[in-house]
Amino acid sequence: MSTKGKVKGIIANLVIVEADGPVSQNEICYLETMGTKLMAEIIKVIGANAYVQVFESTRGLKIGDVVEFTGHMLEVVLGPGILSRNYDGLQNDLDKMEGVFLKRGDYTYPLDVDKLWDFTPLAIPGDEVVAGSWLAQVPENGQPHKIMVPFVLNGKYTVKSIVGKGQYNINEQIAVLIDHDGNELPLTMIQKWPVKKAIKAYREKPRPFRLLETGVRIIDTINPIVEGGTGFIPGPFGTGKTVLQHAISKQAEADIVVIAACGERANEVVEIFTEFPELEDPHTGRKLMERTVIIANTSNMPVASREASVYTAMTISEYYRSMGLKVLMMADSTSRWAQALREMSNRLEELPGQDAFPMDLSAIIANFYSRAGYVFLNNGKTGSVTFIGTVSPAGGNLKEPVTESTKKAARCFYALQQSRADSKRYPAINPIDSYSKYLEYPEFEEYIEKRIGSKWIPMVNEAKTILQRGMEVSEQIDILGDDGVPIDYHLKLWKSEIIDFVILQQDAFDKIDMLTPLERQQYMLEKVMEICNLDFTFDTFTEISGYFKRIINNLRQMNYSDFESEKFVGYENELKNIIKEREVA
Amino acid sequence: MATKAFQKIYTKITQITKATCSLKATGIGNEELAEVNGRLAQVVKIIGDEVTLQIFGGTEGIPTNAEVTFLGKSPTLKVGEQLAGRFFNAYGDPIDGGPQIEGEEREIGGPSVNPVRRKQPSELIATGIAGIDLNNTLVSGQKIPFFADPDQPFNQVMAMVALRAKADKIILGGMGLTNDDYLFYRQVFDNAGALDRIISFVNTTENPPVERLLVPDMALTAAEYFAVDKNESVLVLLTDMTLYADALSIVSNRMDQIPSKDSMPGSLYSDLAKIYEKAVQFPSGGSITIIAVTTLSGGDITHSIPDNTGYITEGQLFLRRDTDISKVIVDPFRSLSRLKQLVIGIKTREDHPQVMNALIRLFADAANAKTKMENGFDLSEYDQRTLTFAKEYSRNLLAIDVNISIDEMLDRGWSLLAKNFKKEEVGIRQALVDKYWPKSN
Repeated sequence: MSTKGKVKGIIANLVIVEADGPVSQNEICYLETMGTKLMAEIIKVIGANAYVQVFESTRGLKIGDVVEFTGHMLEVVLGPGILSRNYDGLQNDLDKMEGVFLKRGDYTYPLDVDKLWDFTPLAIPGDEVVAGSWLAQVPENGQPHKIMVPFVLNGKYTVKSIVGKGQYNINEQIAVLIDHDGNELPLTMIQKWPVKKAIKAYREKPRPFRLLETGVRIIDTINPIVEGGTGFIPGPFGTGKTVLQHAISKQAEADIVVIAACGERANEVVEIFTEFPELEDPHTGRKLMERTVIIANTSNMPVASREASVYTAMTISEYYRSMGLKVLMMADSTSRWAQALREMSNRLEELPGQDAFPMDLSAIIANFYSRAGYVFLNNGKTGSVTFIGTVSPAGGNLKEPVTESTKKAARCFYALQQSRADSKRYPAINPIDSYSKYLEYPEFEEYIEKRIGSKWIPMVNEAKTILQRGMEVSEQIDILGDDGVPIDYHLKLWKSEIIDFVILQQDAFDKIDMLTPLERQQYMLEKVMEICNLDFTFDTFTEISGYFKRIINNLRQMNYSDFESEKFVGYENELKNIIKEREVA
Repeated sequence: MATKAFQKIYTKITQITKATCSLKATGIGNEELAEVNGRLAQVVKIIGDEVTLQIFGGTEGIPTNAEVTFLGKSPTLKVGEQLAGRFFNAYGDPIDGGPQIEGEEREIGGPSVNPVRRKQPSELIATGIAGIDLNNTLVSGQKIPFFADPDQPFNQVMAMVALRAKADKIILGGMGLTNDDYLFYRQVFDNAGALDRIISFVNTTENPPVERLLVPDMALTAAEYFAVDKNESVLVLLTDMTLYADALSIVSNRMDQIPSKDSMPGSLYSDLAKIYEKAVQFPSGGSITIIAVTTLSGGDITHSIPDNTGYITEGQLFLRRDTDISKVIVDPFRSLSRLKQLVIGIKTREDHPQVMNALIRLFADAANAKTKMENGFDLSEYDQRTLTFAKEYSRNLLAIDVNISIDEMLDRGWSLLAKNFKKEEVGIRQALVDKYWPKSN
C-alpha cells in the first residue's frame, strides 16, 4: 500500500505533510484540493512530517487535505517523439493543454501514444545486453532514434525475443529480455528515468577535443567550445545574452538541441516557437524545430518546477547522447534556477550563505555541469552533451555567488560586457576577460591542426595579443590625449579595431553575416592578420582613423557578402588598392 | 464587502505584528480573504490550526478581541464594460462616487498564459517620440519600464505615450502615487477626452502601503477581461513599481523571511515576473502591453529592484536632461526595447535598423569627443563634426517634444548623416547608402 498523508501546514508553496508510512527524500506526491491534484516533491523530512515543495499555486489548499505519495522521484518519460515538443519543467506537453491559460493540476502525457513508428531491430535473440544497449531504431525527424535497454537495469541480460521490422506504437511490447536467473522482462519503446540522477550508460568519458562549430566568430575563432564541453555566458541585462544564445542554438553544428527556458521571459520562448518551425537547420536543410526540444518554464510559471526544468532538459540530453548523437543543451538562465533554490531554502529556514543563497549552491552547480561530456558508449560509438548556460548576475556584478560557482564548474567563459553592448559592439563578449580552457588541451590542438592547419592557434593568439595591446593603448590615449602618444600607438589601436570590427563583431540579424563557417572564419582572420602585419606610413595621427575606417568598411562589406561571390571579391580588390596607398614596401 | 450571514466569527487573536495577526481557526484555505474588524486581510501562512493574516490596511488599533470573519475566497474584482471610465481603490471599490460595478466576480492574480498559446508580438506602437519609435520601438504585448530618478518627468511622458498609443483601453495602476500626480493623470486624460477608455486603480501615498500589493493584480485582472473577453488592445500603466517592491519587503520582513540583496525578499524576481509577464499578445487579437515606472535612487540600476526588473522586462527607457540643448531626451545608450527587432525594417522602412545603429554609434563617438574636450585635449576634425552632429541629433530626434512619423525620423537621420559625414564613415550597408543617401550632397 502506498503511503498517504494529510496537510498540516502551508507557507506559500512549502507544505508540511504528516505521512502515515515511509517516505523518501525527493519522492513525488500529489496533494488533493477541491478535486484537483497538485504535484509536489519532498525536500525535507522531520519525524512523520514531510516538507514538500508544491509545483503549483497552493491557493485554497486547506489543513487536512489528503496527500498521496507515489514511491518514486521526479521522472521523465523517454522514448521516440520527444523532438519538436514543447514541454514545461515537469515534461508536460504544453501543446496538449486546453485553453489559453495554464490550469493548475493539468498534467499531460509527454509522448504521442497512437503514432506508429517504423521499427527496425538492431539486436537479435541471444545477444547479451546491458543498460543503454541499442535494441532497435526508429526514424525520428531524420535522426535514427535508438530504442535502448532501460538505464535502470543493472548487470547483464540476454535478448530472448525481439519483434521484426514493422510499425508499432510506443506502448506495444517490442522485446523480451531475460536476466541470469531466467526471469523475463518485457520491454516497450519507452522507459522512465529520475531527472536528478545522471544517466551513466557509457564506457568512458574522455577529455573532449572536437570543435563544436557555432558560426559565431568570437566563439569559434577566439574562444572555441568543443563537443561535450561546458561554457557559460554571464552578462548584465541588455548585453545580448538571449540573442547570442538563440544564435548558437540556431547555428550550432549539433544533431539535437535542447533548450531550457528557465525562469526567463515568455516572449523569448514564443520567438523560438515562431521562428524554429520556419527556419532551416544550416547543416541538414531540415526545419530547425525538428532537431529541437524546448523545456519552457518561464518566469511566471511555478518556481519549484523551474528548478526541475534544467534537470528535465539534461536528462533528455543524456538520453539522446546515449544514441550516439551530438547534443547541445542551452539553459537560460541558471541564475533563475539558483534563485528557485534560494526561495525554497529560505522557506525551510536554512542558514543562508552569501546573498541568502543556500550553502551548497556551488556543489549543486558543479554537479549539474559535470553531467555534460563527450562519451564512448558501450558499443564504442561516441556521443556528446555540450552544455552552455547563461548567468544573470545581480547588478552585473561578476563576483556574486552564482557567477563565481559557475566559473569553477564551466570550462568556457564568455563574459558579456556592458560597455561593449553600450557601443553596440555585438556580440558583446569581452575578448580579453573571456577564456576557453580547451585551447590548452593538446587533444584540441591536434584536432584543429588536422582540420585547418598548424598556423591556426598561433595566429589566434597573435590576434588576442593585438587586441590586448589595442586596449592598453586606448586607455593611454584616454589619459594622455591623441597627440600625447606616438603615431605608432594609433596604428596599434586601429589594428586592434580591425580585428574587433571584422572578426569579433557580427550582425546576428544579417542573413549572411550571422553564420560564418570555420573555413570562412579562417579566410577572414588570415586576411585581417595580413593587414595587421603590414607597416604603414603616416605623417600625423589624424590621417590614421579615416584611413583605417575605410579598410574596416571594406572588410565589413565582405562579411555582408556571400563568401567568394563577385561582390565579395570586388570589395577585396578595392581593399588591395586602399592598402597600396599607405603600405610601406 | 459586507459580512454574510451564518459565518463563524473568531474573536481571539493570539499574535499581532505591524502587518500581520495570527489566530486559531480551522477549515481555512491558503490565500483566503478575511475581515479583521472590517479591515481586509489575506491568509499568508497556516500551521496546524494557527492562521496568519496579512492585514492590508495595517494593524494599528487592532485589539486582541477583534472580530475576524473568513470570506471563503481570495481577492476578486467584478469585471464588466462598466469598468471603463471609473476610478477604484486597491480593493476594487469605486472612489469616484459612482455606483458599484455589477458583473462577473473574478479572482485576481489568476493563472499564467500557456507559452505555446501566446502569439509573437508584431504590432508596432507608434508614439511620435523618436527616442522611442526610432531607437527603442515599442510593440504591443511588450512590457517595458521607465527607469527614472524621481525628479524626471516620467509621469508626463507616460501619459503622452498612453494617449498617442491608440489603445482600446488604458488601465492605470497607481501605487503610492502622490495625490497631485493622481490628479495630473485624471486631468490629462480628461482634457484629451479619453476618460471613457481609462480605468484607474489607485493607491495614493495617503493609503496604507501594504494595500499597494493588490493594485497590479487588480489592474491586470481588468486588463485580461478586456483583452481576452473583448479582444481589445489594452495598455496598462504601472507607477511606481519601486514602491510596490518596497511594500513587498515590508511584508516579508514582518514574516521573518531572510532578506537577500538590498533587504528585498528572495522571491522579488518571481514576484515582479508574475506581474510583468501578464503582458501578452493573444492569438485572438487582444493584447496587454505594460508600461511601468521604476524610480531609481541616484540613477543606480544595480539596486535589486531595477536590476531584477531589467531581467524581466523587455527593455527599459531612460530619460535624461541633455545640457547641450537643455531638453529632456530619451537616452539612446541606456535605453533598449528588446522587441524592436520584430518590427524595425519589417513593419517600418528597410533602412531603419542600420540608420538607427549608425546614428547611435556616431552619437557615442561624440560622447568620446566630449570627454576628450573636457579633459583638455585637442579635438580632431572628425571629433568636431561628431559634436555638431550630436547637438542636431539630440534636438531634432532625441528630444521628447519631437512628434513625427517614423519615415520622417529616418529621413531626418539620413540628412544628419549626409550633412556631417562621408559615406564610408557611417558604416551602413552599401545598397542602402546608394538608395537613401540624400542626392544633393
